[in-house]
Amino acid sequence: MSYSLREAFNQVRSYFRNEQLDREVNEEMASHLEMAVEENLRRGMSPEEARRQALVRFGGVQQALEQQRESRSLPWVDVLRQDLRFTFRMLGRDSGFTIVAVVILALGIGANIAVFSVVNTILLRPLPFRDPQQLVRIVEKDPKAGESSKTYTADATQDFQQQNHSFQSVSGYFAFTGPDNFKLVGGGQPVPTTGLLVAEGFFQTLGVEPVLGRLFRSEEFVQHAQPVALLSYPFWKRRLGADRSIVGKTINLSNSSVVVIGVLPETFDFGSVFSPGAKVDLFVPYIMDDFRDDGNDLALVARLKPGVTQAQAQNETDQLLPQFYFEHKHPEYGKGYTGQLTGLKEYVSGKLRRSLIVLWCAVGLILLIVCVNLSNLLLARAAARSKEFAMRRALGAGRGRLVRQLLTESLVLAVLGAALGLGLAYIILSYLAHQGSIALPLLAMVRVDGTVLEWTLLIAVGAAVLFGAAPGLRMSASNMQEVLKDSGPGLSEGRKRDRLRSTLVITEIALACVLLVGAGLLLRSFLRVLDIDLGFEASHAAAISVDYDDGGNAAKRAAIWQEVTSRSLTIPGVESAGISDNLPMSRNRSWGIAVKSDQKNPNFIPVFVYIVSPGYLKAMGMRLMKGRDLTWDDLSNNRAVVILNETVARTLWPGQDPIGRTAIAGGMDAEVIGVISDVRETGAEDNAGAQMYLPATKQFGPEGSYLVVRSKLPPASLASSVMHTLREINPGQPATEFKPIQSLVDHATSPRRFFVLLVGTFAGLGLLLASLGIYGVISYSVTRQTQEIGIRMALGASQSSVQFDVIWKTLRLALIGVAVGIIASLVLARLIASLLFQTAPSDPFTFAGMVVLLGTVALLAGYLPARKASKIDPMVALRTN
Amino acid sequence: MGQSKLDLLQGTLDVMVLQTLQAMGSLHGYGIARRIEQVSSNEVLLNQGTIYASLVRLQQRGWISAKWGTSDNNRKAKFYSITRLGQKQLVKDTAYWQRLAGVMGRVLGMQSGGGDR
Repeated sequence: MSYSLREAFNQVRSYFRNEQLDREVNEEMASHLEMAVEENLRRGMSPEEARRQALVRFGGVQQALEQQRESRSLPWVDVLRQDLRFTFRMLGRDSGFTIVAVVILALGIGANIAVFSVVNTILLRPLPFRDPQQLVRIVEKDPKAGESSKTYTADATQDFQQQNHSFQSVSGYFAFTGPDNFKLVGGGQPVPTTGLLVAEGFFQTLGVEPVLGRLFRSEEFVQHAQPVALLSYPFWKRRLGADRSIVGKTINLSNSSVVVIGVLPETFDFGSVFSPGAKVDLFVPYIMDDFRDDGNDLALVARLKPGVTQAQAQNETDQLLPQFYFEHKHPEYGKGYTGQLTGLKEYVSGKLRRSLIVLWCAVGLILLIVCVNLSNLLLARAAARSKEFAMRRALGAGRGRLVRQLLTESLVLAVLGAALGLGLAYIILSYLAHQGSIALPLLAMVRVDGTVLEWTLLIAVGAAVLFGAAPGLRMSASNMQEVLKDSGPGLSEGRKRDRLRSTLVITEIALACVLLVGAGLLLRSFLRVLDIDLGFEASHAAAISVDYDDGGNAAKRAAIWQEVTSRSLTIPGVESAGISDNLPMSRNRSWGIAVKSDQKNPNFIPVFVYIVSPGYLKAMGMRLMKGRDLTWDDLSNNRAVVILNETVARTLWPGQDPIGRTAIAGGMDAEVIGVISDVRETGAEDNAGAQMYLPATKQFGPEGSYLVVRSKLPPASLASSVMHTLREINPGQPATEFKPIQSLVDHATSPRRFFVLLVGTFAGLGLLLASLGIYGVISYSVTRQTQEIGIRMALGASQSSVQFDVIWKTLRLALIGVAVGIIASLVLARLIASLLFQTAPSDPFTFAGMVVLLGTVALLAGYLPARKASKIDPMVALRTN
Repeated sequence: MGQSKLDLLQGTLDVMVLQTLQAMGSLHGYGIARRIEQVSSNEVLLNQGTIYASLVRLQQRGWISAKWGTSDNNRKAKFYSITRLGQKQLVKDTAYWQRLAGVMGRVLGMQSGGGDR
């Protein structure tokens, strides 16, 4: 079939040499005719007869020319070009309509592109690792105590690594890294830096290769090895000026010399996959021998062997993990882990699937509303253009050609809208990708990629067909004689077209109704979440990570803490201050606590533990229900005391006063000195867990330290004086951020806020479009009925009765739409029930609010045309036409 | 009018043009048209103009080539000749048409009330 290829190629070539080829074939035909004439003359015909005969035998020069053109070139391209040229002329002439249509489409399509990109990144696109389908996360089957029960000890991890047969490799990272746990020293002020400890083979397990240098080697995971670090790409770029010769150089991290061995690729963003919203600057080896006594602290990631299914691996895990001791050195601590394998992708984004699908549907509804709206606009235009089309058909344009012309117009509009929408989406996405405060995984990797462009094309064409089809078919089917006969505007129009437009508006209102109900339910849930008693007062408090050097001496530490706290209290505006090694709703860690009794095996329950200073509870705004706060004496005298929250007190000593009793906490006997009200630790929507607060003494060493300051002044205005005070005590204090506690709460509620904001925006958009639709239809019908109204007014109808009629017509549309919408919403709201928080899917307030809102908007949209109708001057209306 | 002229089947004109050029060598459009009319004893309903669509199609497929020249009576005209590819195609087309003609002949030659037994 090579000749058809050659033919196609030649056709394309001919397309661009059209004029020359036309000239040639004209010349050829002219000479053909001359030859025929000459021959006829030779046969003895008269000159006229000779020419006539030649032309008859030739059979129509113009047809022959057309035929030749058609077979040599690409005629459909010409038609397309013609259609496009005509379309642009039409749209240009009606620029008001074009702008409105394109902007509406851009909003609808842009929102769709943006949401699709997010869905694509979080749900559809594989994780940016090698063979990501082989990666699994392993956590306890029934995690009760936050991170601590999602992690494993060094010993158990090592046992698992050595004994399993299902995995190519098992590795993990230290799950309790706080932000800014290091400081980068050298060249000016120390820079707060976040370094994550990763176990051997972590990057190899994920399949991440460095862009510079190498990964960690085994000999770097033993005690007293030369400290080394791998840098994240952004840190290398920002802090080290993208120095390509950095590998092998030494940097000063928290006053120890660390050799940089490599730089990780830009595509590897630890935070966005494993800990949304967190940034990690560099990675250092997790040396198992340093952590043997520290309990559960490794979050495990493993890669399945090829050919091993997750079920098989799960089977083996179920056999192995229960046999493992928590600590080899202390078999008396017991054994028995469980492990649930979850595909890493599922682990990262599984919980978000439902929310994202709801978002996707919401944005799909928006596009539907946009299409309905555009259909309506086009129908209005169609009415105005019906004469033009009837004329064109009378002049011989085929019905197919007219429909094609209309579809071309829709397509051009859709493509223009999509282009603008793409720009819009690009702006939204670049904004989203840089929102570290939104705790959604992978968000930093959101971008417009090939898949997104394909999706854009798909919805643009889909939308064009959807909104272009109805007006197109209607217009081409209309009876041309009737149209040409019609005397023009002024008389009420055929009821059929009116009914179609009304149906479209009702659809639009019903769709907007569903969106509003969805947004309303989510908003109410969000407000409920914000209303939760967190157990502390997030407003008016802020925290800062404090750096100090106590040389491992508890007494010295207590002195430093006391100095930091008391000097902070002298800052004007500071009401209270205290130190803790952990803050609520950030990382968490749990230890065991039990009642001290004579029994051999005390019944330990896992509790979140905070190592704190006096004043911390007050600074956080936590409520002490019973007993007393810690004192500096407790710290300096190494007193073993503990403050419990109500949950723990109730569990350990149900119905009794716990004050003065003895608990086994953190491995030693401690006297209960106080009880505070429960604090929501992991997130606003989770139940408050068990918590205890221990003094920072010799026995209870803190991991990091945050100074919390309570003040009526805004944190920003305090930041510099707090930093100044900290620098006076320790000139090496890095420039850590003075963070409002509210930001922790905001971070925890950010996914919900994100969804509420988006769905709310879509609902608002839907409402706007629906009101535009109502306005369009009503004001159009008023314009069409100008004469009729004029007659009625001439016959004595009052202004108010005319107004009432128009408004009533509007309300009727709105009411039908709302009724349909309510039924649809009742069905659909059930589907989002799991996303709601203390809100019923049939929440009457939400539904009532929606009805009021839509009713008001409909009234408003109807009022403007109604006023116009009542201002019609009968004389003028009757005189025109 | 007696018998009306034969309508040309799709694709037949292309074969006629190829065969004419194969038999006559180089020819201009008018010559080809006249030759086909003569050979078919004016039985074919041929608008001479339609030959130009056929010529450009054959040319684009690479089966004939064209160049400008001068006719016997000193008129500028485009002369077409068959190419190697065109000759190969003609062999194929000839075989096809002969088979088709044979089959059509047999089918139309069937006796009524037919069947072997």
